[in-house]
Amino acid sequence: MPNTQPHAQYAYCRSPDQAAAKPARHAVVIVGAGPVGLSLAIDLAQRGLRPVLLDDNDRIGDGSRAICFAKRTLEIFDRLGVGEACLAKGVQWRKGRVFHRDTELYDFDLLPEPGHKMPAFINLQQYYVEGYLVERALALGTIDLRWKNKITGLVQNSEGARLTIDTPDGPYTLDADWVVASDGARSPVRSMLGLEFKGEQFEDQFLIADVKMTAAFPTERWFWFEPPFHSGQSALLHKQPDDVWRIDLQLSPDADARHEQRPDVVTPRIENMLGHRNFELEWVSVYRFQCRRIDRFAHDRVIFAGDAAHQVSPFGARGANSGVQDADNLGWKLALVVTGESPPSLIESYHIERSAAADENILHSTRSTDFIAPHTDAERHLRDAALALAPSADFAKRMINSGRLSAATAYHDSPLSTADVDEWKGGLAPGAAFIDAPVSTPGGKRYFSDVLPPACTVLSFATDAVIMQRVDGLPGAREGTKPELLDDPHGLLASRYDARPGATYLVRPDGHIAARWRKSRPDDIANAVARAKGRA
Amino acid sequence: MSKLITTPRFADADQAFRLIIEAHRGLSTDDSAALNARLVLLLANHIGDLDVLREAIAQALTTNTSEG
Repeated sequence: MPNTQPHAQYAYCRSPDQAAAKPARHAVVIVGAGPVGLSLAIDLAQRGLRPVLLDDNDRIGDGSRAICFAKRTLEIFDRLGVGEACLAKGVQWRKGRVFHRDTELYDFDLLPEPGHKMPAFINLQQYYVEGYLVERALALGTIDLRWKNKITGLVQNSEGARLTIDTPDGPYTLDADWVVASDGARSPVRSMLGLEFKGEQFEDQFLIADVKMTAAFPTERWFWFEPPFHSGQSALLHKQPDDVWRIDLQLSPDADARHEQRPDVVTPRIENMLGHRNFELEWVSVYRFQCRRIDRFAHDRVIFAGDAAHQVSPFGARGANSGVQDADNLGWKLALVVTGESPPSLIESYHIERSAAADENILHSTRSTDFIAPHTDAERHLRDAALALAPSADFAKRMINSGRLSAATAYHDSPLSTADVDEWKGGLAPGAAFIDAPVSTPGGKRYFSDVLPPACTVLSFATDAVIMQRVDGLPGAREGTKPELLDDPHGLLASRYDARPGATYLVRPDGHIAARWRKSRPDDIANAVARAKGRA
Repeated sequence: MSKLITTPRFADADQAFRLIIEAHRGLSTDDSAALNARLVLLLANHIGDLDVLREAIAQALTTNTSEG
């Protein structure tokens, strides 16, 4: 099989910790340098910490794997310094089409309004994303990235955990105040703690193939139920950079996975779909999907993030996207706790918010998978009824579920939120992620997402302008608290936040809304900041 | 409070029942099941109320169909 993917190889490097007389102690040790671990390490480093990041490999993983990166993830990547690289290389898309046999049933647009820096989605092979993140992590200079460091033991104690790590130079031990396990769906750390990973396993198997070809299909997500070119129940086509196309073909529950991955078996299947043979196979894999999560995301000083904590089917692109949101949610909290600004109990809010997000993702992903692969004849009849009715009855189109695509999770029941006391018609309720809009500053025309600081921030809406002020370090303001004036040239910021002059929003360091007022009273902001930082 | 109406609503209940029966006449078991599925979705959307749907499902599930 030809393989054009860039196999970035990194060097194992002996750490002075390996020769230490007694175990070296670090504030944060992250296990697993995938998109989630790398994102978290970068976030912590940008917040002034010096995290240790361990990975049992010394290269970026094989295959494209995750390819769809959602708007919210791109906004986080932008804050972490890799957004523009991803955007430059990725294939932007926002439209999808759903077919039943030969007929197009409907199309959808995931970002129908202008005025956002980031597109609804880009498709980009995971190895590129990881490559940019590693590059950024190394450039920061304060991340201790240790390749070929494999965790073989973990013992928790009241102040953290002691890790045993295997390397090409033999084993060593390390003490950590906090351990973050972002070590994937088969998480060795999860096994070491003996934690259950409970949920639903789906019977049907899916062939995932990346093929290289030049084709004129538009950059849209195309999904077929009962495709005319494939005997299975569904098919999906997606464009990636470098003329690589992602093809998912549903196979039967009893398909022989090993047989189905053979190039001489895969090639005719894809030839049937494309109607020609002018393609090369880049990567082939056969999967059975699962939707499951661990019960608690934080076990004393060991915290789980990404696939180590939750797993979904790929329909809806909720795997890597939710993992990066885990990192985004955890980074600022861990930084506040490590620097002593917030009590360790702030980490409990990570569990509350991100396990609720995992439940939401599992719910959507399970619904999609059940629709795509019905369990019983009766379920199939209902699914087929929706497909059959869709051309003549609009309601049925809304029932057709080929994947509900990843959007930012709103933290509805967050202990960090201050409940609304005023009347709002829309806008952003406490817990919701910020929404972008064009703004202009003395530095020129930009987007709100470019200027929103990664700190607790107060937005005060005035006529045609917004005053933005960091409030970290209150009381006794430190650096960076000078207010900045944002012009709202089209009034989009005000309308998206349902803001009239006098309205005030408090935004958390991860860009989620902590509180809002039509008119804030003197103590409101200070109280809400204390609550957002887990000090209330 | 119950929202599902189970008191008679058709002036001619026989005719309503008959309409559904006749739609199934001559169909295979599989085609009948498919017809029922389309009917359920059409009627559920017409009702357009999750509470009513939930109640109807609960009542249908708990109604004993065995002869014992």
